Amino acid sequence: MPDAANTRLAEGADGAPAVEVRDLVKRYGRTTAVDGLTLSCARGRVTAILGPNGAGKTSTIEICEGFRQADGGEVRVLGLAPSDRSLKARVGVMLQAGGVPPAMRAGEWLRLMARFHAHPLDPAALLDRLGLAEHARTPYRRLSGGQQQRLSLAGAIVGRPELVFLDEPTAGLDPQARYACWDVVTGLREAGVSVVLTTHYMDEAEKIADQVIIIDHGRVVAAGTPATLTGAERQLRFRARPGLNLDELLSALPQGSAAKESPAGHYIIEGQVAPGLLATVTAWCASEGVTAEDLSIERRTLEDVFLELTGRELR
Amino acid sequence: MTSTLDFAPRPGAAPLPRMVLAQAGAEMRAMLRNGEQLLLTLIIPVLLLVGFSRAPLISVTGPRVDFVAPGVLALAVMSTAFTGQAIATGFERRYGVLKRLGASPLSRPGLMLAKTAAVLGVEVIQVAVICAVALAMGWSPHGDPLWIALLIVLGTAAFSGLGLLIAGTLRAEATLAAANLVYLVLLGLGGVVFPIARFPEGIQPILELLPITALTNGMRSVLASGGGFPAGPVLVLLVWAVVTLGVAGRTFRWE
Ligand SMILES: Nc1ncnc2c1ncn2[C@@H]1O[C@H](COP(=O)(O)OP(=O)(O)O)[C@@H](O)[C@H]1O
Ligand SMILES: [Mg+2]
Repeated sequence: MPDAANTRLAEGADGAPAVEVRDLVKRYGRTTAVDGLTLSCARGRVTAILGPNGAGKTSTIEICEGFRQADGGEVRVLGLAPSDRSLKARVGVMLQAGGVPPAMRAGEWLRLMARFHAHPLDPAALLDRLGLAEHARTPYRRLSGGQQQRLSLAGAIVGRPELVFLDEPTAGLDPQARYACWDVVTGLREAGVSVVLTTHYMDEAEKIADQVIIIDHGRVVAAGTPATLTGAERQLRFRARPGLNLDELLSALPQGSAAKESPAGHYIIEGQVAPGLLATVTAWCASEGVTAEDLSIERRTLEDVFLELTGRELR
Repeated sequence: MTSTLDFAPRPGAAPLPRMVLAQAGAEMRAMLRNGEQLLLTLIIPVLLLVGFSRAPLISVTGPRVDFVAPGVLALAVMSTAFTGQAIATGFERRYGVLKRLGASPLSRPGLMLAKTAAVLGVEVIQVAVICAVALAMGWSPHGDPLWIALLIVLGTAAFSGLGLLIAGTLRAEATLAAANLVYLVLLGLGGVVFPIARFPEGIQPILELLPITALTNGMRSVLASGGGFPAGPVLVLLVWAVVTLGVAGRTFRWE
């Protein structure tokens, strides 16, 4: 079974997780950017570290990459200290921004990165896969933001690493470029590469991650698979006149249901979405003399989870 | 879009010589492609060589080109090893290039080796061009090429140390300004084209302790007068190299 072979390769001899972080603390002067963070990223899986700007994602990932020193806690990457030089060839890194000399041509830079490795991917084929083939001779500074991001992603994987860190790989990308990036991440996962990425896009984490770690103010607020985080629960949403009294509606709904108005005029009912629910809600609306608009039944999103856990929108 | 890319992990660093050569080649191409760098490393030295050898701006004994050529060779070393390298390195730090290289299998000593090789490579081109122009103008060099090579290597080390010291501590824009300013001051004070005998006698011993003066005097004592081992200049350059590289090694900020 080829899958089994892949799994064994990815797990290595020591079987340590790809990344293990315990009680990590990082301070900048008076700012505590990472405040006792504990997480673990499985081998051969895609882990998304999700959080709003300033949550501490880059600080955490750059400590794992060995760029920054922790002020407390423990970090193990492939079972080793982040400063271990043997990790350089085994770990691919995509910085949140920059890293390429502005005057250097895209193809030239990727070939240079490939020369640092023993068994690199073919740089031309990789550029092609990321839709950059036409820009091989374009200086980095003349590439669009999205093209620069994709080149940086190519640089992270050209050395055939067993673990890659991608810091906001799709920030500011147009939809097409985002799909190209997701396609590569999925391809890496299928090949047994461990991927740790940061993002502030909920939908991205839901779509491509096996495991999502939601952080805020430098702490983990929730972790799990997208499915366990969002739960099996569904929710019913509708719009109507603001300020309806929901108590009466709740008494008509099954036990364990919840109803709230957020923001004004937008109503959310959570709980068992049983067949009779829709009828109950519309009947109640009719009795209140209002019409429910934009009625929809949806699964809870990570967006909702974040809002619930932190009381804030993820922006 | 069916590509044959196999993402399956197969990590491994390339052998150090291959990494260093690849990086050195990239840095050399960058230096030779950059218009401002070329102005600094080739055009200005050649213009000074031709101008000061032709025009009677300085009074020296013997053919003027014999006096000017060694100074211009010293200037060429300073412009590449110090000014060019400081500015390029300052911006590499600003753009996260040094940081990104820090995540690659190329070690920091390997990167330093590559930078040195690139600087020496550009200097070979500079020396070839300047010597060709000088010879065409009737230059008759003397002395042992070995001492010249030693002076150039030590000068490169001293100026690289100074350049990296500035680039590793100041912001990129400040590095740009400081590197150009120091270049102009040293060009004026170091006896490159104006003999330091023209300065007041009291400050001449101080001027002789400058790395550019040491390199210029050393080159001139060998090339113009066929002198032997240039002990004084070698000592001055050695001290500059050890001190600046030592301090730069401690203070250099990669990010
Ligand atoms: N080098 C730094 N110096 C000072 N403060 C920093 C530095 N890097 C990050 N911070 C601060 O630490 C917090 C977390 O930042 P960061 O790790 O970049 O978060 P994220 O990547 O999630 O946006 C922010 O408040 C940020 O302003
Ligand atoms: Mg960040």
